[in-house]
Amino acid sequence: MATLYAKKGEPLSAEDIPKTGTIAGAGSDTADAVHRRDTSSIVGRSVVTLDDLSTIQIRELLRKAQYIDSHRAQVAGTCSGRVLATLFYEPSTRTRLSFETAMLRLGGQVIGFAGAQLSSVSKGESIHDTLKTVSNYVDVVAIRHPKEGAALVAAQSADVPVINAGDGGHMHPTQTLADLATLQSRFGRITDLTVGICGDLTFGRTVHSLIETLCRFGNVRFVLISPDELRTPQYVLDRIQSSPSCSYTEESDLAAVIGDLDVLYMTRVQKERFFNEDDYLRLRDTYILNADKLRLAKPDMAVLHPLPRVNEIATEVDDDPRAAYFEQVKNGMLVRMALESSVVGDELAGFEPADAKEVFA
Amino acid sequence: MEVTSITNGIIIDHVPAGTALTVLEYLSIDPATTRLALIMNASSRRYGSKDIIKIEDAESVDLDVLGFVARQATVDIVRGGRITRKMTPNLPEHIVNVITCVNPRCVTTTERGIRQRFHLVHSGRQEYRCDYCDEEAKL
Repeated sequence: MATLYAKKGEPLSAEDIPKTGTIAGAGSDTADAVHRRDTSSIVGRSVVTLDDLSTIQIRELLRKAQYIDSHRAQVAGTCSGRVLATLFYEPSTRTRLSFETAMLRLGGQVIGFAGAQLSSVSKGESIHDTLKTVSNYVDVVAIRHPKEGAALVAAQSADVPVINAGDGGHMHPTQTLADLATLQSRFGRITDLTVGICGDLTFGRTVHSLIETLCRFGNVRFVLISPDELRTPQYVLDRIQSSPSCSYTEESDLAAVIGDLDVLYMTRVQKERFFNEDDYLRLRDTYILNADKLRLAKPDMAVLHPLPRVNEIATEVDDDPRAAYFEQVKNGMLVRMALESSVVGDELAGFEPADAKEVFA
Repeated sequence: MEVTSITNGIIIDHVPAGTALTVLEYLSIDPATTRLALIMNASSRRYGSKDIIKIEDAESVDLDVLGFVARQATVDIVRGGRITRKMTPNLPEHIVNVITCVNPRCVTTTERGIRQRFHLVHSGRQEYRCDYCDEEAKL
């Protein structure tokens, strides 16, 4: 997909999105015309970072995810005859199962490996050669690799679309899509929200990706809650400041600000991030969400977490209707279904694509 | 200090003081086999001090690489003992196989046959980042 891969850092503009009406044409109701009208802008594309997708395309994927959720039977044969390869060079059971279930629920098949020791990597094969080979077998690839940038190498090497399922501490675009889909399903929007992000804001790639993506849509107030040792990097703060409609405050006490939040995105504060154990023990409880803190929150606040959690959300919170983190897992599968079907160019039966102008407004 | 002028060749002036050898390395010019003069830590009205590189018989210099390693440098083309052309280096959008990524977790450290590619993210700060892992470029 090297020729179709969007240049790094240059997301498609609105002008890149074909106007739906001009492609389908009046009265052209053939399957092919509908197919092109539905997915032409994203078909064949690799998704290494969310910068590869325009905001219009992201919104359309979120719409598709919602549609899939309510039309499971209708979409069950969407990718019939397709094959997905899950190339997982490091174990990540939940992400792999999500990608695989997504394809199976669309009627496709799955091949792949989990763990580099099981693959030809153990014989020293390069990512390039593996992708060149696997491209001959499948219609779409999901790759997980411990090295940062591995998904870009894969996308440049493969002749089919590649979806990044996490490349080291670098990018994990479908996690961010799952986060956005959860906001969309909870609030009906992904803008005009006060989003609190709590915990490790220095090293958390999901957090940085979420902030950067929300900034592209605008109108979000970020409340960044962390110990001094784990504050948000300057380049992420710069990104917020460069969005005129977004703003942020940095806080250190979750209980003091939880009442202002529409969304609380929790992350894990890891012991190994601290210089000494005393600091860790002193700060740990400040960043644990429990029923006491939740009582201070708005009744419709949504609690998100990329999972797996350790102890940063007490299990007593699970039964609270504000807990949205297992919903996030479901939304992860739904957005992967939307993405997999879109990049291979299979339309969802009965799905009406949004008019590009309408979405853009 | 006086250094004999060159007749035909290139003068790279306003090289940041103390970096001339590094600049030669990135320009792939081997001082062991090239006839050249280095003037290091010369006084400069504009920068306080500077290095100057004079290369005899050189036809051209890679202005993209020079822009990356010594943005402030200027290039004089000398023909018949006279400066016939003055040039300034470019700040290239992309640099390929000039430096390697310093991030040990970057895929470029393990993938064979891969090109080391960096892109300009901020021209004011002259900030380049790795195409693969987004790590900031370091000389």
